Amino acid sequence: MSTSRKVTPVATTTLTPQARALRSTVVTKAVMAVSGLIMVLFLIAHMYGNLLVFGGPVMFNEYAAHLRTIGEPMIPYSGVLWVLRVVLLISVVAHVASVVKLWRRKVGATGTGKRYLSSKRKATGNQMTYSAFTMRWGGITLLAYVIFHLLHLTWKVVNPGGAHEPYDRVVNSFQQWWMVLIYLIAMILLGLHLRHGIWSALTTLGANTSAVARRRLNLAAIALAVVLVVGFLLPPFSILLGLVK
Amino acid sequence: MAENTTIPTGPGADLYTEGHEIHDTKAPDVPVEQMWDQRRFDASLVNPTNRRKMSVIIVGTGLAGGSAAATLGEAGYHVKSFCYQDSPRRAHSIAAQGGINAAKNYRNDGDSVYRLFYDTVKGGDYRSRESNVYRLAQVSANIIDQCVAQGVPFAREYGGLLDTRSFGGVQVQRTFYARGQTGQQLLIGAYQALERQVKAGTVEMHTRHEMLELIVVDGKARGIVARDMVTGEVETHFADAVVLASGGYGNVFFLSTNAMGCNVTASWRAHRKGAYFANPCYTQIHPTCIPVSGEYQSKLTLMSESLRNDGRIWVPKSGEDKRDPRQIPEEDRDYYLERIYPSFGNLVPRDIASRAAKYVCDEGRGVGPGGLGVYLDFADAIKRLGRKAVENKYGNLFDMYAQITGENPYETPMRIYPAVHYTMGGLWVDYDLESSIPGLFVVGEANFSDHGANRLGASALMQGLADGYFVLPNTIANYLADGPFEAVDDSHPAAAEAVASVTERIQKLLSINGSRTVDSIHKELGHIMWEYCGMERSDEGLRTAIEKIRELREVFWSDVRVLGVNEEINQALEKAGRVADFLELAELMCIDALTRAESCGGHFRAESQTEDGEALRHDDDYAHVSAWEFTGVGTKPVLHKEPLEYHAIEMKQRSYK
Amino acid sequence: MKVTLNIWRQPKRDAQGKMESYELDGLSEHMSFLEMLDVLNERLTSEGRDPVAFDSDCREGICGMCGLVINGEAHGPSPTTTCQLHLRSFSDGDVIDVEPWRAEPFPVLKDLIVDRTSFDRIIQAGGYISANTGSAPEANAAPIAQADASDAFDAATCIGCGACVAACPNGSAMLFTAAKVTHLGLLPQGQPERNSRALDMVNQHDEEGFGNCTNIGECTAVCPKGIPLETISRLNRDLLKAATRTDG
Repeated sequence: MSTSRKVTPVATTTLTPQARALRSTVVTKAVMAVSGLIMVLFLIAHMYGNLLVFGGPVMFNEYAAHLRTIGEPMIPYSGVLWVLRVVLLISVVAHVASVVKLWRRKVGATGTGKRYLSSKRKATGNQMTYSAFTMRWGGITLLAYVIFHLLHLTWKVVNPGGAHEPYDRVVNSFQQWWMVLIYLIAMILLGLHLRHGIWSALTTLGANTSAVARRRLNLAAIALAVVLVVGFLLPPFSILLGLVK
Repeated sequence: MAENTTIPTGPGADLYTEGHEIHDTKAPDVPVEQMWDQRRFDASLVNPTNRRKMSVIIVGTGLAGGSAAATLGEAGYHVKSFCYQDSPRRAHSIAAQGGINAAKNYRNDGDSVYRLFYDTVKGGDYRSRESNVYRLAQVSANIIDQCVAQGVPFAREYGGLLDTRSFGGVQVQRTFYARGQTGQQLLIGAYQALERQVKAGTVEMHTRHEMLELIVVDGKARGIVARDMVTGEVETHFADAVVLASGGYGNVFFLSTNAMGCNVTASWRAHRKGAYFANPCYTQIHPTCIPVSGEYQSKLTLMSESLRNDGRIWVPKSGEDKRDPRQIPEEDRDYYLERIYPSFGNLVPRDIASRAAKYVCDEGRGVGPGGLGVYLDFADAIKRLGRKAVENKYGNLFDMYAQITGENPYETPMRIYPAVHYTMGGLWVDYDLESSIPGLFVVGEANFSDHGANRLGASALMQGLADGYFVLPNTIANYLADGPFEAVDDSHPAAAEAVASVTERIQKLLSINGSRTVDSIHKELGHIMWEYCGMERSDEGLRTAIEKIRELREVFWSDVRVLGVNEEINQALEKAGRVADFLELAELMCIDALTRAESCGGHFRAESQTEDGEALRHDDDYAHVSAWEFTGVGTKPVLHKEPLEYHAIEMKQRSYK
Repeated sequence: MKVTLNIWRQPKRDAQGKMESYELDGLSEHMSFLEMLDVLNERLTSEGRDPVAFDSDCREGICGMCGLVINGEAHGPSPTTTCQLHLRSFSDGDVIDVEPWRAEPFPVLKDLIVDRTSFDRIIQAGGYISANTGSAPEANAAPIAQADASDAFDAATCIGCGACVAACPNGSAMLFTAAKVTHLGLLPQGQPERNSRALDMVNQHDEEGFGNCTNIGECTAVCPKGIPLETISRLNRDLLKAATRTDG
């Protein structure tokens, strides 16, 4: 009996099945999953940093400064930060690139027009979570927010409330109700994105192996999403309510 | 055709003529235990390098056709496989629930090849051929091995070894099963093996294709005419041999447990071209089906007869009693099976249970819509075992019942009624599964070979896979060893004639444009068959049926309405062609039933019963296969008898009292 | 009871289709959905109008031939095949929308009939165990833990109807593909080809133009056989392992 594989004569004949599989939707999804999880790790660290705002201006500013001096003198000033930035940038690019690739596949598979004409069809499907429903447009909105966020706190192009030192910039900004509102919307979208994203990433990487595993993965995704959203929202609301000055 | 026939003297003598006796010439003249070995040894072989020059057409992709196509593909033949569905995986073998028998004797309970052989012959009421049945029992064990190797997830015990259960009136546990979906799992196994060969290039798959004619060249089956059901194109396909694996003809009754598309067309077209049709009157009627709920009903659903292990069957004592079944007290109920058959009770064989249900309904005591149903009551079982235990045992069947009827069987008794389930008759084949047309082989339910007058539970899957995996691939080689035969193409007069007849028939069907829909005629045919050629048949009834069928055939060909054109998907046209063939088959079934003035297995003649109303065989007159030769529509068919000789087994009368 | 049906009518592949409305009265709630379409077709035929083409075969929920999107849901409101749906799931006077499966790899052939041969090609790519007839060892030679056999069975119950694709917002056939990879991958007989099977089947799945999975589970919600989403995770694991292995 023969177990040798024959490759179907298509445009990609020259590739081995393994090479073709590396370009498959499953591997693309895995890229999205891994890049997403890297960003989740970053968010956890980021949230930790944000919470230091409760320690007062000295602690917070020292944290911001220390980010640049980690590893000195073995590593040059801002070295670690740059490595992190590069990893993050690659993750963002990989995440977005895989989204674009898979989105195009989706459009290819289901067409561009209205797929089903029945007005009784629920936009959110039969049972998918609301968070799953928000993934794509929510993701794009989040990307827009991230750019705004960088313009605001990293590149200092947007200056609501002025000031230069990190602590003052943060506090001044979030004394503006509309900044808190933008932040709140972004964090809710982030929470929804994480709720489905974390579950989906782990599933894509093969962790969903039983009904029990499925329940656990969903719980973990919800817990992590809630912790991150609450953690991120604590400082701005504390500032807005005057608890942190 | 039809030379040297004589005027018969038996019942129905006015309806047929009798031709020469026929015999199977392929089974070697050795004891039954050695026949298969001897046959394989005697048969010519085809050199592996020559196989790819040989082509085989296989019509149907169920257990028999799918497994045959896969196996012949693996052997290196060029196979062309056809099915009317959109995928070979849809074939109706998929609906078989119960299991598959095999003489593995894993239970160490005294099973053996010989016992399986004996049970099958006895179960078939001594109307099957010993040689074929013995071989079936022999290869049964190989089937399980093969299926397990393919990944069929049979039920297993805690130790990881295969589980078996007992089934249908035998005393050993030899039935392998995969929950209630054994047919599905076996078919998916064969389907996967088939698709593997499609990928390997040995099998050419033609889905949504329907065979409409057989091409016979110089007396040999050399091809088929098939219609592409999407484009309407009438295509010819040629090969060195043709295999029909097109299933049974239960849909002649309109309502049956068969799939909507199951039809006799492939077999009937071959019959019209000279293949004998054997024992067409042998139909199996299954007692535990969900009853008809209205005239709109399109098909019937079977529930496993295991329900009879714990359910009690009854009807009200009085036909006037229209109370809610739960309000009817014990003294007003008639547990008729327990009353008439005190020792077997609710567990009498399928045919007896079915007929008893018909009798009580005929008396006007039936329940449910139209009075065509009897109660199958689990109230006692629930009281005795607890609801939980009943749920564990029958939960999926109860759910299915609730889904279809909208009633809760835990609360109110189920209603059941018999339905046509399987046809034991089919195209006549010899030991090599070759029909009376050289080069035309017939496997699975489409042939008549292994079940006699009645099929035992869990034996249909066994036969389909035995034929497809192990028997046909060996026997067809003997035929192909003389090939490859001279090439044939469309220009051959036989091919041109076949195409012309198909095209003409399609045009005829489309041009009548009368007032009757195909379904309405099919339903009417079904009513006639069920009434007169169903569970109980009589000389008078069958004659009435023949008259009515002939009239209905006239109506069909003068007043049927088939809209649309041939050149697109036209489901009414597909159905019309099938019903046209059923209208011819139905008459032959009635003639066959009329001429067999005995009761045996699924064939019950009112005139032939014991004082107690039990089936009475007449071995002196009817220990033969009735193989019918076609002479024309409405003209007398020719009966060829194949005498059945029993050397290994002694014939006995059944009793279940 | 009385219903109004809005049915997708399309004369043939690549032709323009549209929804057409039909009113039916005098229906029984015990009728199956497909029997209602039979009744409609009888009426259309007697009126000289083209009957509605739809696929169905076994009508007992196992062959996988039938499949309609009813009111926007694959197989309609009850978690079974279309053939097992009965009118008692609807109310008198309902307006019911009936559409075919929609996905590029499932082109409409006529009215409600689609071409699902892409599923067959995914199986051809590797959805089998290579065991030629006659070469099988004794069936009880290799015991299989009951739990594995049972999980394999759960995946093997797939009927190939395509509802998963019809319901998936991405038009993905991952549940179908994963069910087979899981069924065979859980059995010892399936191990020798486990890597190649995952690679070849996923490649074919993509080749056919199906979308990707986003783990939202719309497929399992409509699957008449309840194939669990876990099968897709198993497929991912097998595929990632096979795609990244370096020993050939």
